[in-house]
Amino acid sequence: MNELQKLVRDYVVREYLEEGDTRTIDLDTPLISGGIVDSFSMVSLKRFLEKKCALQIPDAEATPAAFDSVRSIVDLVARLGGKGPAG
Amino acid sequence: MAYASETRERLRREIETIREAGLFKEERFIHAPQGAEIEVEFPAGEAARPVINLCANNYLGLSSHPEVLAAAHAGLDRRGYGMSSVRFICGTQDIHRELETALTAFLGTEDTLLFPSCMDANAGVFEALFDDQDVLIADRLVHASIVDGMRLSKAMRDTYKHADMGHLEEKLAEHQDRRTRVIVTDGVFSMDGDVAPLDQIVALAERYDAMVFVDDSHSSGFMGATGRGTHEAKGVMGRIDIITTTLGKALGGASGGCVSGRAELVELCRQRARPYLFSNSVPPVIVAAALKVLELVGRTTERRDKLEENARYWRRLLTEAGFDLKAGESPIVPVMLYNAKLAQEVSRDLFAEGIYVVGFFFPVVAKGQARIRTQLSAAHEKHHLDRAIEAFAKVGSRHGVLGLGRDEIVARFGL
Repeated sequence: MNELQKLVRDYVVREYLEEGDTRTIDLDTPLISGGIVDSFSMVSLKRFLEKKCALQIPDAEATPAAFDSVRSIVDLVARLGGKGPAG
Repeated sequence: MAYASETRERLRREIETIREAGLFKEERFIHAPQGAEIEVEFPAGEAARPVINLCANNYLGLSSHPEVLAAAHAGLDRRGYGMSSVRFICGTQDIHRELETALTAFLGTEDTLLFPSCMDANAGVFEALFDDQDVLIADRLVHASIVDGMRLSKAMRDTYKHADMGHLEEKLAEHQDRRTRVIVTDGVFSMDGDVAPLDQIVALAERYDAMVFVDDSHSSGFMGATGRGTHEAKGVMGRIDIITTTLGKALGGASGGCVSGRAELVELCRQRARPYLFSNSVPPVIVAAALKVLELVGRTTERRDKLEENARYWRRLLTEAGFDLKAGESPIVPVMLYNAKLAQEVSRDLFAEGIYVVGFFFPVVAKGQARIRTQLSAAHEKHHLDRAIEAFAKVGSRHGVLGLGRDEIVARFGL
């Protein structure tokens, strides 16, 4: 995993897994279709990415499909010209 | 013909998919008024048989109480059967105003507006009050009707981990740029039976300039020393901005719900909430009976005290028998089985033993969290619970789950 992938993965684990949940999240773990992230909770992920990668994700791009795995999220950030972790 | 055979076939296939997934819901026909002991026909066509009911929301045992029935009859005689109108055209009677005033006093709020159900109250309240400048921050286990209501609002939506105050605080800090922050929670959570830490939620709301919304449907009438709800139980009466609740559970069990809270918020719901504007008035017979229910609840705490005692007693019996329970202090006592198939089999076997309970599994609860939800009532006597525990112990023993914790049950049955 590269730095951005790790950043997203760690955020997902911290934000969405309950204490004691031992599931591992890899690049292709289905997040929304797998019931780990619900559509309401996507808001926090979107805001996190916007802040960390200094970009705006249009609502039309913030689809359940685009947010369904660490890989697809990072692809989206790359497509929208995100700058990578901004610290 | 518009209803083409292809359409019929497609829908039939969808129904079959539900059945194959083990998610097909079947109604059980009750040949009696609601109560601790009822006659149930199941499967359809079988002779009705007597069972002990441990799955109703009849917390105070008022659904078939003689004084409530008498009040309903009197309401029918004095104010008729239906209003044939929404509230704001010609559907508001003096008794609607009387009930709203009584609920305001009971809940300790500023004003109240009746809705046809609490589902409708939750469907209407967020859209009426909040827009895209605001954020709704909800506990991840709130009731489905709140989720639907939040979807109908233009407000930004976010969530916090169930009852996790640290996580909620992070979210409140993060959303300081919004015009209004609203913390959204159930009072008692319907599937887990645990109680929201409203005292801590209110403290955070005050620190981070947020409003508090509570759905107290599984609390109104019995939580707190005089049954006002979770806000009374947690010592924050008068500090909750919006309460939605139902008349369809402890408070008579028929139907009807309300939004209660700050006067301006309730008034805006009266002006804008679509389920209020476009749905018929709560029928006079229910309004009259609900007034009697509030009078009964205000007269004595005997029923909520008995409910509390029953819940304590039932928890003790289940624990001693070796079942794995969700901890809690409400009359919702979930018996954890984790595996969906096991939960279905245990509930089926309990029914055969004369105990009416229902297994819950995904998507009603999270995957791997299947359970039997038992619910106590003030209508239960000790002998009902003693008979029920015999059946639970027998069925639990047959399935080999007694004395096992989560990991052991999962190891044996899978998730």
